[in-house]
Amino acid sequence: MMKRTLLIAAALLGLSAPAYAAGETPVPPQLKWSFQGPFGKFDRAQLQRGFKVYREVCASCHGLSYVSFRNLSQPGGPEFSEAQVRALAAEYKIQDGPNEAGDMFERPGRAADRFPSPFPNENAAAAANGGKAPPDLSLMPKARTYERGFPWFIIDVFRQYSENGADYVTALLNGYEEAPQGFTVPEGGHYNHYYPGHVIAMPKPLSDGQVEYPKNEAGQPQAPETVDQYARDVTAFLTWTAEPHLEARKRLGFQAMLFLLVLSVLLYFTKKKIWARVGGEVEGHATPPMTHNP
Amino acid sequence: MSQHATTYVPKSAFGKWFESRLPIASLVHSSFIAFPVPRNLTYFWTFGAILVFMLVAQIVTGVFLAMYYTPNAAMAFQSVEHIMRDVNYGWLLRYLHANGASMFFVAVYIHIFRNFYYGSYKAPREVLYILGVIIFLLMMATAFMGYVLPWGQMSFWGATVITNLFSAIPVVGETIVSFLWGGYSVGNPTLNRFFSLHFLLPFMIFGVVILHVWALHVPGQNNPTGIPIKSGKDAVPFTPYATIKDIFAVVVFMLFFGYWVFYMPNYLGHADNYIPANPAVTPSHIVPEWYFLPFYAILRAIPDKLGGVIAMFSAIAVWFLMPWLDTSKVRSTAYRPLYKQFFWVFVAVCVLLGWLGSKPAEGWYVVVSQIATAYYFIHFLVILPVLGFVERPLPLPNSILESVMGVQKGGAGMPAGANAEPQSKG
Repeated sequence: MMKRTLLIAAALLGLSAPAYAAGETPVPPQLKWSFQGPFGKFDRAQLQRGFKVYREVCASCHGLSYVSFRNLSQPGGPEFSEAQVRALAAEYKIQDGPNEAGDMFERPGRAADRFPSPFPNENAAAAANGGKAPPDLSLMPKARTYERGFPWFIIDVFRQYSENGADYVTALLNGYEEAPQGFTVPEGGHYNHYYPGHVIAMPKPLSDGQVEYPKNEAGQPQAPETVDQYARDVTAFLTWTAEPHLEARKRLGFQAMLFLLVLSVLLYFTKKKIWARVGGEVEGHATPPMTHNP
Repeated sequence: MSQHATTYVPKSAFGKWFESRLPIASLVHSSFIAFPVPRNLTYFWTFGAILVFMLVAQIVTGVFLAMYYTPNAAMAFQSVEHIMRDVNYGWLLRYLHANGASMFFVAVYIHIFRNFYYGSYKAPREVLYILGVIIFLLMMATAFMGYVLPWGQMSFWGATVITNLFSAIPVVGETIVSFLWGGYSVGNPTLNRFFSLHFLLPFMIFGVVILHVWALHVPGQNNPTGIPIKSGKDAVPFTPYATIKDIFAVVVFMLFFGYWVFYMPNYLGHADNYIPANPAVTPSHIVPEWYFLPFYAILRAIPDKLGGVIAMFSAIAVWFLMPWLDTSKVRSTAYRPLYKQFFWVFVAVCVLLGWLGSKPAEGWYVVVSQIATAYYFIHFLVILPVLGFVERPLPLPNSILESVMGVQKGGAGMPAGANAEPQSKG
């Protein structure tokens, strides 16, 4: 629906029409996120599921190098317990050192450690992945977007649409399909509906039932174990890793805006009262500036 | 700043002792308390105060950010992420500073176009105006270098594109560029010197702002009628009238600022700048920040590199000549029916250039950019000079008071006869 409206708007204005006519990247669907809007908050259970998807699927190739284990228990995130985080960190081997003998050594991870990257360096990552290193995921939803075009980029400001990156990442994870007829996918590439140019090096990462979700009392998974749900959950998790203080920002924002709003109303009436005097007697006695006739 | 007689009389013995040694109290009193302000100023005249607020806000947030930021090509990106994640309220400081740059430009563009509309650049305010253009140029340099500091993809490639412009200068161009880079490409030395200059320039801006305010206090403020203060009835004292109005306007502007910081903090930036700088990968579409887009469109409209650079710099250089290019004796566009139309066409052309600057330089975008660029210069070099001769301005009111009250019928303002003693400032 959104796509069609956009196409019509583009065609009417004759603006971005050439870009779409050339068979360019389609627009990702806009999804509903718990963290959007002025009072948005992360869904803790979703972040925990998303972390599980990251850990069991993405982490084999993609780093999360700006995130520490301790972040997982901080307020405004997945909010695992500190004991859970300590146990989780201990499962990782962290290289440390040099020790007194001058040797590097491996030790179990601590909560203060950052997530170790799956490859020792970028060249190793590229060599193991057909020449292109898989990007770090810490900032992914903030580092990706899609073109909005006129007039949407103005409307977005008023409806506070800033989930472009999250919508794109989810669409990309859902976007693996058969290449259309006549489209040749080069070797080592994979066809993706939403990737710019459609040829992506990453093979389809998710499939239905791949990650087991926690069960509810009825013994059912708390969310469907489908590619679409995995994509949404891992995107929500990565939105948190990209913006760990999102909840604090929106909370403080509401307080600050409310304060400023009240203050501005009070100042407005103060100003009005003071200026009402201009109709009557004005205090003050200054010399006017030197005058120039126009 | 002022040697003229002031009405300020220190009350205390210490005040008298201090005043005879450093008359700063009377200076502040005459400049910001008793200073006469035209009584008909609109909210467009509050942007000076808003800009002072923005400059101070940028310096304060910037100084704190500099305590945590590391100007090293290998660590800059990571140190910004450290600020965003681990420093207490670091995210707030950085979002205030990054969005503050945009807010600074929003305010300065309103301030500049208010000046264009009401002819504030005309005699006797030419020096005041030229100092303003110098501040704008310093702001552009500061903002550009600030955007390089996070060392993301757009930082790196923006720096590469803009510094490369200097290579278009004949003979010495290449030397200048390697001097700017501190090497043979944008790299660690470039980042280091940009950080140093990004810290220095705001204080230079502050210095020129003092001159700008000083130059304002000599002729006094322009006003929507463009006619000068003729009697005390035309003016009100700066405090409390302008003070309370400025404070109210600053708080309303803070609401606007806060909306971006708290709800759309990354909207005005580029997603590519959350990818660490990589000299081996060029982004598909290198775009400067929104406030540079009209000038970027002018740069790319000219097919020749040197020509484009000259056109871009001329687009601002022509502002310096405005007081002499505009031949009309009437300041305010409110009384210039023809110029009013051309003014709004000019505003539309500037917005159009901004939009074109965000588009790739291909196809019909280039043609429209060229037409808009040509119009931009025609506005200054042809329309402004010619209009002064052919336009019949509307009759001007006899005084500011008359324009406010409809007819001259007294009413209060500054005490009558207050203009008996002309001011001799400076």
